[in-house]
Amino acid sequence: MPDTVTATDALIKVDNLSKYYPLASGLFSRVRHYIHAVEGVSFAADAGEVIGLAGESGCGKTTTGKLLLRLIAPTNGYIYFNGIDVARIPSGGKLKAYRRQVQMIFQDPYESMNPRKTLYDIIAEPLAVHKIGNIVGREQVVADSLARVGLVPPETFMFRYPHELSGGQRQRVAIARAIGIKPRFIVADEPTSMLDVSIRTGVMKLLLELRQEYNLAMLYITHDLAVARYMCERLAIMYLGRMVELGPTEEVLQNPLHPYTKALISAVPVPDPTFKREAIPIKGSISRPVDPPSYCRFYPRCPVATDYCRENKHPPLEDKGDGHYVACYNV
Amino acid sequence: MALLEVSDLTMHYRTRSGWVQAVERVNLSLDRGAAIGLVGESGCGKTSLAMSLLKLLPSNAQIKEGQILFDGNDLVPLTEDQMRRYRWERISMVFQAAMNSLNPVYTVRDQIVEAIQYHMPMRYEEAWSRVAKLFEFVGLDPGVMNQYPHEYSGGMKQRAVIAMALACDPDIIIADEPTTALDVIVQDRILKRMDEIRSELNMAMIYISHDIAVIAEVSDRIGVMYAGKMMEMADVVTIFQKPLHPYTFALMSAFPSVRGEKHELVELPGEPPDLISPPKGCRFHPRCPQATAVCSEKAPEFTEVEPGHFCACWNPRSK
Repeated sequence: MPDTVTATDALIKVDNLSKYYPLASGLFSRVRHYIHAVEGVSFAADAGEVIGLAGESGCGKTTTGKLLLRLIAPTNGYIYFNGIDVARIPSGGKLKAYRRQVQMIFQDPYESMNPRKTLYDIIAEPLAVHKIGNIVGREQVVADSLARVGLVPPETFMFRYPHELSGGQRQRVAIARAIGIKPRFIVADEPTSMLDVSIRTGVMKLLLELRQEYNLAMLYITHDLAVARYMCERLAIMYLGRMVELGPTEEVLQNPLHPYTKALISAVPVPDPTFKREAIPIKGSISRPVDPPSYCRFYPRCPVATDYCRENKHPPLEDKGDGHYVACYNV
Repeated sequence: MALLEVSDLTMHYRTRSGWVQAVERVNLSLDRGAAIGLVGESGCGKTSLAMSLLKLLPSNAQIKEGQILFDGNDLVPLTEDQMRRYRWERISMVFQAAMNSLNPVYTVRDQIVEAIQYHMPMRYEEAWSRVAKLFEFVGLDPGVMNQYPHEYSGGMKQRAVIAMALACDPDIIIADEPTTALDVIVQDRILKRMDEIRSELNMAMIYISHDIAVIAEVSDRIGVMYAGKMMEMADVVTIFQKPLHPYTFALMSAFPSVRGEKHELVELPGEPPDLISPPKGCRFHPRCPQATAVCSEKAPEFTEVEPGHFCACWNPRSK
């Protein structure tokens, strides 16, 4: 077990986490193949820390987020929250107790709210589910949450419906809903990718402020590395279900070590016409990790691959100094 | 004389609650072989402007005012029939969300052949071989042209849609968010190819995007739109280094970058206005940090402040 990746006293610690989805095929839908959506992912997050999870579509970042909240059950691996393994707790009281401490913010503020419910109903629902407070108390929590996310005065917003709000305001409601139960860990899945630039900055800053106030740990899932640079202390890059690089954000972005991370960062357009960007080409395109071979998943596209990469198992995440972890034999 | 010269173009949509002033007195000019980028946030009128240029408008839309001079001919008074000679043959378009602009029940080849035959008298076999050439040109294997769109990846669909836009050798291609749904590595390859195609064919491009980094990489000139109005236009370096309009500056300051110095992101308070009853005077004044009394009274004219640098503001930032 690579215990170096995961500090022992971290709030949330993930060890060798995997999720396989069966692909049914044939006349009687016998399962013959599996998509290895997430495989062998390990990391840890302290209270008050934002960890970024980046990569292209289909790399398993959202699946990882859902696994951490136990919205789906992992195939293998452990998730320790406060030292307790929550990967395998049965649904019921214990799972509910875990979910009392974690929340999720979704990408699309238009799809993640019931259009027939008022903002009060939406924000008070987690409180009701977890039987926190009475009706009077909940109204106060809803008002405080609305005020905290900048929807003031709260009385004028409380009984409105989601369709009366703009995208930025809706995402603020989603955040108000998430903080109402005072969680300790939040998974934010592309929370700003649907928002316009001028609105996005405000939502990003709000999330960072809340992180401070509540000493929240956050998993920030994004495809936008520039946004990750501003949101996260540490950044992890995933490729086809595997974590290939993890380290302090600025270190990963300015000094990437894995050949995939290098190619990915070199392809990001820069908002500066005088900056001459040198794109590092890689061959081929992303496939689906259906019954992947045991060697490195990036091998078929890798510009620096050797026979050693093909003959050995997927490289483990190894510390190359100062907490910069890379899964590659040729670094 | 520029290839495309748009002056005072105004287009409104009629709705039950009133006229939506989506495009208001917009000016722009585009030379052969040049690339202009239009940036702005959702609902700022960039797509409405593009659709007005092709007059591909819904029945509740009306061009109220202005001229679209293409090669010296005004497109505004033309009938639908007359417009067909311009669409696709002279000005074509790559639509937002390429995934949805291909018909799922025909092969990609047949769809492009149909577009070609509609505009050019050509035998089916001839059109076929043209599709094969176009495929090679945009970087697709001609072997996949007999497949259906669902068999393509996102990047392949986008390339096919670009091939279709090139089918009739247009003078201008309007690309509306051409790479928004794609991953960065694929986006980078496609933008590069589009830029190469532009110089190989000496074609003019109008790129539309909310992403100023994408626009910065492929355009010579940038136009910044806000609430249906063109706020500022200049060459790409000037827009980034010496923006005059406070909105342009706000947009730049709110945009993060992976490279260079990590500057503080500045939040722009408020939300864009409702275009049925936009603010009096400058449409940006309620959110503008530099607004003065005149800004809420009278709309500033879009004027040439220095050669090639246009701006509509009463209190431009100092040069």
